[in-house]
Amino acid sequence: MALILQSFETIDQASAALNATGTRYLGGGTLVVRAASEGDLSFSSYVCSTDPALTRIWTKDGSVHLGAGVTMAAIARNEELAPLAKAARAVGGPAVRNMATVGGNLFAPAPYGDFAVALVALDATVETGGRQIRIDEFLIGRDAIKSIVTGVTFAMPAAGVFRFVKISRTKPKGVSVLSIATLIETDTSGVIKSARIALGCMADRPIRAKAAEEALIGATLTAEGITPAVAAVSRGIDPITDPIASAWYRGEVLPVHFRRLLLG
Amino acid sequence: MAKKVPVQLILNGEERAEFVESGATLLNALRDRFGDTSSKGGCHQGTCGACSVLIDGELKLSCLVLAETCEGAQVQTVAGLASDGVMHPLQQAIADGFAAQCGFCTPGMIMAAKALLDETPDPTREDVIEALAGNICRCTGYEPIIQAVLSAARANAHQAA
Repeated sequence: MALILQSFETIDQASAALNATGTRYLGGGTLVVRAASEGDLSFSSYVCSTDPALTRIWTKDGSVHLGAGVTMAAIARNEELAPLAKAARAVGGPAVRNMATVGGNLFAPAPYGDFAVALVALDATVETGGRQIRIDEFLIGRDAIKSIVTGVTFAMPAAGVFRFVKISRTKPKGVSVLSIATLIETDTSGVIKSARIALGCMADRPIRAKAAEEALIGATLTAEGITPAVAAVSRGIDPITDPIASAWYRGEVLPVHFRRLLLG
Repeated sequence: MAKKVPVQLILNGEERAEFVESGATLLNALRDRFGDTSSKGGCHQGTCGACSVLIDGELKLSCLVLAETCEGAQVQTVAGLASDGVMHPLQQAIADGFAAQCGFCTPGMIMAAKALLDETPDPTREDVIEALAGNICRCTGYEPIIQAVLSAARANAHQAA
């Protein structure tokens, strides 16, 4: 059966249309059109919005706002967002990055959603239905979200505080074996004050490595200092198995890449 | 009967209007309605890159774009690259360098390479590899394609000079 596209000028109009059964919000198309082409019959109507607020990027007083319709390519080429460029470029090839959006990435099932892993480390706030939800909470409840995600907001990390790595088996681009994002602040003597660590492919969606975060507090970023955190990073993980890698393999290589990221 | 919607766009510089099935991808609309079969449907999942086209100058995958969202847009496919019977430097370089074997990935490869050269006329080898990273070729092992793009860039520089 053919699908219908309903396009609206404002987010509010699109939100109202999404209340009807059989509708799915269409962002960049890399997840939703693909699902339709693969035979997903759970929706019969695409709903999209051309509201310019969705593609807006602003930075103010150290705070960054990305509209949900901002593409990975727009982030990667924005000089003000340089710390995020690596995470944005980790998504797809050039054509996919011209289409894939911030909002879509928040809903991408593992092994996709590498940019959302970065947003978890950055402790982003997700705006949806007029509410501001912390990303950890948003991801847990995302399957039940009915309202349109309109954007994310987070504090721009200081230089060197944010790190990101995506591991693929093919170069330069491939589906994720895993991805890791860290936001680690140290005091002037190099002792870690705070740490947020996010992991991709270690569950069906991005998760935090809270045991490793705790193990890093008070430590230094040295081979010896990070040993307890490396030992703890796999605690509570439930990696996915797919044609790229088994859950066992992902679990085995996670501490190796985590160690390299911290010492790199 | 599936609902039909009118779509008017500029295809390779020519104003065109067709009725397409609602929800049709740009790839299917191009091939079935606009009569341009140069873009290929490899995976219909956004994985292979064979359907790559330029929409308003941006490289996109026509299998994941809905035709209706291209209303008023400039769409460029490989079919529009030659002018007056003379191949585009990228096409010529692909032919000269034996960079097409079965040829199925070639239209997408050329459009991805064009997107690169439009923005970076003098790319490094790494730039080319990165630009073609979303396009899969199962025949050539990529090396002849990379060389062809670099050689087309040199030919362009020569023309400009």
